[in-house]
Amino acid sequence: MAVFFAHTLGIPGPLAYLLAALIQSGLILGLVAIGALFFIWLERKVSGRIQDRLGPTRVGGRFGWLQTLADGIKLIGKEDLTPKDADGLLFRVAPYVSFAASYTAYLALPFSNGWVALDLNIAVFFIVAVLGLEVFGVILAGYASGSKWSLFGAMREAAQVVSYEVPLGICIVVPVLICGTMNLTTIGNMQAGWFTNWLIFHDPFTFVVFWVYFTCALASVNRAPFDLAEAESELVAGFLTEYSGLRWSYFFMAEYGSMLLVSGLAAILFFGGWNGPVPIFHWLGWAYEPGETAWHLTGFLANLAGCVNFIAKAVLGVTVMMWVRWTLPRLRIDQVMTMCLKYCVPLGTVGFLGALTWQAAGWWSPNDLAPLAPGGSAVVRETWVPVTPSDLTDPVPATAAGEGSAREPQAEAAAVDTHRQATVWSRSTGGEQL
Amino acid sequence: MILAAADWYSFFFILFGGIACVFAVAVLLTSNIVRMAFYLTVSLGATAGIFFLAGAEFVGAMQLMIYVGGTLVLLIFGVMLTAQAQFITMRTRSGEWVLSVIVGSSLLFLLLVAAFGVDSWRTRGQSDSLTVADAQTATAIGAALSGVRVDRLSVPASETQRLRGMSGYLLPFVVVSVHLLVVLVGAAYLARTRAMWREPGEQRRSRGESPAS
Repeated sequence: MAVFFAHTLGIPGPLAYLLAALIQSGLILGLVAIGALFFIWLERKVSGRIQDRLGPTRVGGRFGWLQTLADGIKLIGKEDLTPKDADGLLFRVAPYVSFAASYTAYLALPFSNGWVALDLNIAVFFIVAVLGLEVFGVILAGYASGSKWSLFGAMREAAQVVSYEVPLGICIVVPVLICGTMNLTTIGNMQAGWFTNWLIFHDPFTFVVFWVYFTCALASVNRAPFDLAEAESELVAGFLTEYSGLRWSYFFMAEYGSMLLVSGLAAILFFGGWNGPVPIFHWLGWAYEPGETAWHLTGFLANLAGCVNFIAKAVLGVTVMMWVRWTLPRLRIDQVMTMCLKYCVPLGTVGFLGALTWQAAGWWSPNDLAPLAPGGSAVVRETWVPVTPSDLTDPVPATAAGEGSAREPQAEAAAVDTHRQATVWSRSTGGEQL
Repeated sequence: MILAAADWYSFFFILFGGIACVFAVAVLLTSNIVRMAFYLTVSLGATAGIFFLAGAEFVGAMQLMIYVGGTLVLLIFGVMLTAQAQFITMRTRSGEWVLSVIVGSSLLFLLLVAAFGVDSWRTRGQSDSLTVADAQTATAIGAALSGVRVDRLSVPASETQRLRGMSGYLLPFVVVSVHLLVVLVGAAYLARTRAMWREPGEQRRSRGESPAS
């Protein structure tokens, strides 16, 4: 975007970068804030319907869609209390830590093909690392509140999140290893085409791994049935006990923000991201070809539809989380730990090994049913070693590429990477020569 | 991508560096251990920001994951579990000050010598041709850990010479893993012996004998 501002509109360099940064961060902030407004309303509606009630009906017309805004105004008007025993500085800072972690992770999340604030090569790792910081705000809040309920909530949260990061990481690694890249844009593009290309249908193991991922994601964003840190039947409100007003709502914005984030991550890793179940835009020829960078209207429309598609999938994931919350009772802390250590970790590990064996052995997978015509996964596959075009004629990398293709025909051709056309990539296998 | 204006790079470098330094000093000056951990988090997070600024995204994310995410959460968790008054507020005696000044200044000296041993630190005036690396670091680091030095693949010599240059980081990697394994085994052993340990009287009672016998 900065390049667009600088070259197309002629804005001087630093200003273009500043403008691009402001627009991108503003968009993400708007998404997190409006998303939280929407999801809190949706949560009330979903819980109401599940419990055979109506949910909010009064504020803002028939569906009560202004209810959250009314609550927000009420929260702004509340007094910002700090308890006598609290550690004032940490107490005030903790909500921002949580919110900043949840918000920063969005920087690396692509919303459509190439629509990402920061196209990191290691986006998956970045998101996992930053999401792990959210617990830090919760722990600080629990400690700094100077209340036993808060402290208990924070200790449960710490134990739970530290444990669940292990199976969560194992599950996230599976699509990463199948795709051979940690770049979320590339992972999403590899699943273009029919819905059979989605990684959840790659083999039975990835199907299992997705559900393990979803369970662990529920636990790591602290949602029921794993919401022990704020269990209101035992701990008043857990780490939130002493908070009121806008600081309290920051925690909730962080919570709903990370719910949307883990759902979006699931959508990209397992459900094809912005690619619909039917490749309409590829038939029309509107979608961007891999490596194409010039702006055109049809490509923009295809990306817009992809963005809508992606957000629909993510919202569906959040809705399932709400459904789970209002259906299942809360687990005890020992049950939570048993769930993690005795079920999620072994299941995740078995799924990990199985999916990788499936991929390495090249067994039949539904992903082969309808491979996307223009190159399929071989085009977008990130490869190990960058080779400049002159090196391709050099005998050594050529033989290396030859061995690689004999071993794995899927990624044989030297292909143009999606976003870095300047470099020609080839899957060289220096590792096997050693 | 070449940033046309190096000012922005410098601005953010000074910003992140300043935050890191200020909060590192704050760690020293506060006596509350949880606040220390918080300041340390901010300092380490700013260091991660410097890594991101330099295009070393993998190292930056690793910094966030291991230091900020893992170690500090465990530290605070441990503090909360073992919260006693004398551990929450730490008082340092003068002897400890002397020791820590000696250790700290020798480490600083070592780092300065190492840093100015790098050529580009001694020459000035390169900031006009500043480039921010396009982030291809993760693949290279991963390959180097398993023994392939991607940066030396293009050495156009014969096969044997090429292989000799590519020692990679496999050996240090394995050494570190074995070290971690030893630490884990040791921790498990210590935890286990503490759980098995009982008061002598209690042990006898558990065997059904009277304490007097």
